[in-house]
Amino acid sequence: MTVDATDTATGSGLPAPARPRGIRPSRGYRVFQACNAIVLTVVVVVTLYPFVNVVARSLSDERYIIGGQVNLVPLGFNLDTYRLVLNDSLFWTNYRNTLFYTVVATAISIVLTTCYAYVLSKKNLRGRTALVGIAVFTMFFTGGLIPNYVLVTSLGMKNTVWAIAVPNAINVFNLLVMKAFFESLPTDLEEAAAVDGLNTYGILLRIVLPLSKAIVATMVLFYAVAFWNSWFAAFLYMDQQELWPVTVYLRNLIAGATGAENVGVIAEADEVQADATIRAVTIVLTTLPILLVYPFVQRYFVRGVMLGAVKG
Amino acid sequence: MTSETLRPPPPASPGAPAEATVPAPRAPRRRRTWRQSLRRDWQLYSLAVLPLLFFLVFRYLPMIGNVIAFRRFKPGGSIFGEYWVGLRYFRMFLTDPTFWDVFTNTLVLGTLTLLFCFPLPIVLALLLNEVRARRLRRFVQSVSYLPHFLSIVIVAAMVMQLTSVDGTINQVVQATGGEAVPFLQRAEWFRTIYVSSEVWQTVGWGTILYLAALTTVDDDLYEAARIDGANRWRQTWHVTLPGIRPTMVTLLILNIGNFMAVGFEKILLLYNPLTYPTADVLSTYLFRMGFGSSNFSYAAAIGLFEAVIGLTLVLTANLIARRTVGTSLW
Repeated sequence: MTVDATDTATGSGLPAPARPRGIRPSRGYRVFQACNAIVLTVVVVVTLYPFVNVVARSLSDERYIIGGQVNLVPLGFNLDTYRLVLNDSLFWTNYRNTLFYTVVATAISIVLTTCYAYVLSKKNLRGRTALVGIAVFTMFFTGGLIPNYVLVTSLGMKNTVWAIAVPNAINVFNLLVMKAFFESLPTDLEEAAAVDGLNTYGILLRIVLPLSKAIVATMVLFYAVAFWNSWFAAFLYMDQQELWPVTVYLRNLIAGATGAENVGVIAEADEVQADATIRAVTIVLTTLPILLVYPFVQRYFVRGVMLGAVKG
Repeated sequence: MTSETLRPPPPASPGAPAEATVPAPRAPRRRRTWRQSLRRDWQLYSLAVLPLLFFLVFRYLPMIGNVIAFRRFKPGGSIFGEYWVGLRYFRMFLTDPTFWDVFTNTLVLGTLTLLFCFPLPIVLALLLNEVRARRLRRFVQSVSYLPHFLSIVIVAAMVMQLTSVDGTINQVVQATGGEAVPFLQRAEWFRTIYVSSEVWQTVGWGTILYLAALTTVDDDLYEAARIDGANRWRQTWHVTLPGIRPTMVTLLILNIGNFMAVGFEKILLLYNPLTYPTADVLSTYLFRMGFGSSNFSYAAAIGLFEAVIGLTLVLTANLIARRTVGTSLW
């Protein structure tokens, strides 16, 4: 019996040819519950450990890190590195850039996604299938890196916020989630408004959007997190360090560790404090905003994903 | 008001014979001509103009832009290249030994990712589903979603910290009497590191849809299975898994769609010349060809090759799924 309980816990192997048992939870099932609890505890620990480890490193003295002694608890506690990084003007410039890019890009994305999703949600609209197809096809086939790069540079978008915001303006998955939501709204309100003489724009602005606050908020979150975390577009199109988002700042810090070519100049502070702590501090500082809002927003994310599943 | 649509639709009861689909009663609609539609709905169409422009310029134009794979391209010149060179660049990469190395790496990493990142969320969802204490379950779920919200750069940075010579993993190695290994400098370790970090980042988030699907499995089926004498394990095997099959198939197809484009950004951050033998994939190779060697046409040819294979894989997977399980994306 214990054998098939462990079988279950690892979720592998074929069904054990067990004897039919009663309705009451069997001993085997209780063993399984215990194993399950252990497995899930391991999942939680493994998920959280890197965070704890980075925080511990960021607060430790360099010597203990080099000695490979820092795990869960900071050794030689000090805040010097934090002071160092927070005094780096480039870090702040890049942080401000991240904020700016995120706001601009999210605004563009929300407007475009909302408009298109609303149009697609109109079931009797002529040509709707084609409009949906145009969007969905791009999920499975893209032009690829090089033509995109050539296009963006020839449009003169290099070193501007547009290079980050515009080429990724509509995420098709988000579009489908929003479309599913609009389709679920009752149509009689819109029809009544139309009878009262509101035009399409008025209906969208005054009737539909006020009813869609939840989905719009979810979309803002989806896009904002994606843009906040994005680094590649900036890495590709921004060649001045004053224009980087903070993700690229961090990328250039860690690039030294992999032996990749260093694009930018890392803060001169390196001679004073060795890299390991600086990296840890930067990781903590870039992750912090996400960690702070995470508990409050994660449920909306989950809801959004569920909505997307509706389309089947 | 909308609660009905917030819930995923109940999947067709497994094992039930496929019912003849009852056509929904639809009001007979006159086919309007385009002109009438435009006159009536021009405001709706006008809302679609900007998004359409976006798709045409930033999605479809680059597809057309792939003609530079067949043309001589000069940076700063026309975005569609200068003159035709036919299949020259394709011949070039097909005879390039490095190309075949990175192609193999792509297949290996893609397969490993699929093997681990697809089934593990299902296992975790089943385990979470067995937890009776709601609070505990919510807690484990929330924690497991967390890595999904981190930037790839942060994940890469964390991986570097953990695998560095003074990192946690090497502390364990040394505690058990081994020598510290600079993991990220060793080609033989790259696949392990890549796949583990991928699992770490995606497994929790991947459970969401499965957990949603699990709530829709009919309780009567469990009841019937119990009466038939099935233990918990057999109930899982014969009731739960068939119940979430449509979700599994859908996500499998989507996963296969990403097969060729294996974590380009993450590899770009984690690899280095020492690990190229196992870490270099098509997308990173073409990135270096394009931006390192300024060989845009050559890189575009590889990119086109990758995209076409990716599309073929999705279409094939979708077709197979439709023929065998009857669930598909379209």
